[in-house]
Amino acid sequence: MSQLLLIDWVLITALGWLSIGMVGVAFPRNFILNSRILYPLGAVGGLVLALIALTGIFASPQIRILPLGMPGLPFHLRLDALSSFFLLLLGTASAGISIYAAGYLRKGDGTAPGLQCLLYHVFLASMAFVMLADDGYAFMVAWETMALSSFFLVTSEHRHAEIRRAGYLYLLVAHVGAVGILLSFGVMAGVEGDYTFDAMRDFSSHGFWPTIAFLLALFGFGAKAGILPLHIWLPEAHPAAPSPVSAMMSGVMLKTAIYGMLRVSFDLLHAQIWWWGVLLLLLGLATALFGVVFSAIQTDMKRLLAYSSIENIGLIFLGFGLTLIFKSFMLPHLAALALTATLYHCLNHAFFKSLLFLCTGSVLHATRERNLGKLGGLIHRMPWVTWLALIGVLAASGLPPLNGFASEWLLLQSFLFTSGLPQGYLNMLLPVIAGAVALISAFAGFTMVKFFGIVFLGQPREEKLTQAHDAGRLERIGLLWLGVGCILLGLFPNVVIVLLDPVTRLLVGSGLRGTAGSHGWWLLAPISQDRASYSPAIFLGSIVIFMPLVYWAVKRFYHGRLKRVPAWDCGFPLQTARMQDTAEGFGQPIRRIFSPFFKRTREHPSPFDSQPRYLSIVEDPFWYWLYLPIAKIVERGTQLIAFLQQGRIALYLLYSFITLLSLLVLTRG
Amino acid sequence: MNPSLIQAIPLSGQVINLCAALMLLLGFAMLSQRRILALINLFMMQGVVLFVSTLVVALTTNQHHLLWSAGLTLVLKVIALPYILHRLIRRLSVKWDIETLFNIPTTMLVGIVLVVIAFNVAQPISQMSGTITRSTIGIALACVLLAFLMLITRSKAVPQVVAFLAMENGLFFAATSATYGMPMVVELGIALDVMVGMVILGVFFFQIRQQFDSLDIRHMERFKDK
Repeated sequence: MSQLLLIDWVLITALGWLSIGMVGVAFPRNFILNSRILYPLGAVGGLVLALIALTGIFASPQIRILPLGMPGLPFHLRLDALSSFFLLLLGTASAGISIYAAGYLRKGDGTAPGLQCLLYHVFLASMAFVMLADDGYAFMVAWETMALSSFFLVTSEHRHAEIRRAGYLYLLVAHVGAVGILLSFGVMAGVEGDYTFDAMRDFSSHGFWPTIAFLLALFGFGAKAGILPLHIWLPEAHPAAPSPVSAMMSGVMLKTAIYGMLRVSFDLLHAQIWWWGVLLLLLGLATALFGVVFSAIQTDMKRLLAYSSIENIGLIFLGFGLTLIFKSFMLPHLAALALTATLYHCLNHAFFKSLLFLCTGSVLHATRERNLGKLGGLIHRMPWVTWLALIGVLAASGLPPLNGFASEWLLLQSFLFTSGLPQGYLNMLLPVIAGAVALISAFAGFTMVKFFGIVFLGQPREEKLTQAHDAGRLERIGLLWLGVGCILLGLFPNVVIVLLDPVTRLLVGSGLRGTAGSHGWWLLAPISQDRASYSPAIFLGSIVIFMPLVYWAVKRFYHGRLKRVPAWDCGFPLQTARMQDTAEGFGQPIRRIFSPFFKRTREHPSPFDSQPRYLSIVEDPFWYWLYLPIAKIVERGTQLIAFLQQGRIALYLLYSFITLLSLLVLTRG
Repeated sequence: MNPSLIQAIPLSGQVINLCAALMLLLGFAMLSQRRILALINLFMMQGVVLFVSTLVVALTTNQHHLLWSAGLTLVLKVIALPYILHRLIRRLSVKWDIETLFNIPTTMLVGIVLVVIAFNVAQPISQMSGTITRSTIGIALACVLLAFLMLITRSKAVPQVVAFLAMENGLFFAATSATYGMPMVVELGIALDVMVGMVILGVFFFQIRQQFDSLDIRHMERFKDK
């Protein structure tokens, strides 16, 4: 232990986060200390972690055994390219979010600032530990710490019943998922019961056991990531949490599930079976389509973003499934392409979704309003937030030259190479899915136009919006960090691919480093230049050149001919803010087209009503198809068991007495 | 008994066997006792028996730490706890409370069945154990089970606490007879537990009484979740 390895530095950073939290909780009511000193320190920790992880990607794997935990069960930790990449994601995203949180915190009636500081930093540290863990035990401890700390962060405003309800739902799904993960580790640990990942890598059982392990892991990590039909907690928990927490959960925590799934599918299980990939593809497709359609009709801005997160997780799973298919058919280069797209999209989503969630936080603070129908016209009052949100929105809609386009383009590229697969049905199925992906991207664009247009453009829909104020200085720094990240990630895809190369080599045995950047840093050609290439720099250049031209031309030729005439105003004698398109109105076509997707209750007022009220509630059908029946069954079961609880101490003592006696007699025999 | 067998067991062993028999007898006595004051006196006598048996084991086997546990037993179970209990029932004025039990003869019959089971269960352990006191393990286990039975059948709070303490006595007796006592740390821990438990339960008595005007724990049934 003479020399500190990279993994030790990661540990030191995580411990630093924990000690920041400890200092915070020591002074729970000291607002200035917590918000102005501790959170920025946490952001510095994020930056340090990002730097360490950046070097860690190219370093050889490092191992440490911590003598913590149960006797004879030490924590095994390991830092390799995959964990380094996700630590990089955690570090960079958390740096922006922490500095934003420093400015965002307000004195409120929720959790005390010091306690929140502790929870937040425990959350960060536990995510770092999840990515370092190298045995099932350490992984589960870190995983559950992450779930619990985020649960308490979600319920910061615990005085509201609906927030407690959302938190409960989140906790429930998280724990059911954790059971799946635990069982999956149990299957992979085999009969010897050795829970280190090293032992699981040697797990060479044949038959259906690997499939069972994979399916259990899919269930467990899917619950955390929010794939259909386990997505139910996402749209509840994200609006309930404070905005930096939503950003952290959506941007980073969902990715820990992707990390876990990658770790299990490619690192711990050797042989992949092709239909696993098809299963992931179909699940991912359903999730993405469901997410984007629901996102398009939401009227709460944070719910909208939450459904959009579901959509992005779906896209990530699509890429994941494709990787599995290519890998199982021994096409390492194509698998590397699909995996690159997957990981790249993870990173991009962490940046643009965090940025958007933080923007909603600023809007929420400025207006105290989450309902899209009561916002509007904020571009004049909040220019910083508006322009940075525009970057996030463009990235989320997958428009060049921003980062969202780069990864979605790579994903579509990998679909185009599927014709070489030795499976007839797959060859027919995959182009259809590729088409669906394009459709999803288009819907995502629609949703983002709705989000941005309704919140920031037009006229203020409420009187109080004219008093809205822009984000503070620290908030702006956080937003800028993420916004600039979106632009840079989009402009230099080849740099990202070089970063991802060791990861894909580790997981699928090939990388894009040799081919992608072979034509210069400015041209991205994943397989070869003849097939397809994309140059964000040229794109940006043409945008920079043509935008002023178009602007000038419109002003010159169009506005020049505009005549202002006081006429009958063509039926618009007066214009009020209520006459703008609303969130409901904008989403109406989608609601019409996809009406079988929704469960909708509507109340039309009668024509003679003097105070008409129109009510339309759109709900998630999964509640009715899946969750309520399950809840009912569980309730019936517990009622049977509740018969045991008679409230009589003598009876309870009798239970333990009988247990004791029967155990004694059983062990005797 | 066969005279040669008596010859084979040394005097100390015979004393311990006597103690064991007394323990069991006292266990049954407590099970059948209706009056609280008498119950506490029985508990004290059990403590004395426990003290004597531990002392004998300590002296014959030269286990010095057992002397400490014997002292601990004397101070805690013969002096301190009965004193506290006496004070408690005086302050709660439940000295002569006659409590309704299950049918006592039935309870005694169940107790006999328990003793049979305990002996049966303890047989393999006694065969493994190499101590001079091994034959008493069955009795110790029977004492624990009898105390547990008392815990179940009593409806008032004070007898339940006495039953709980008697269970601990049985456990302690099992420990000394099977392995010459537990490690000192464990013993101290248990002693402290009993002490703290006593204090907490004392507080509870007053709370329960204040709430229901009675120490009958059947009143607590209404706390059941609907």
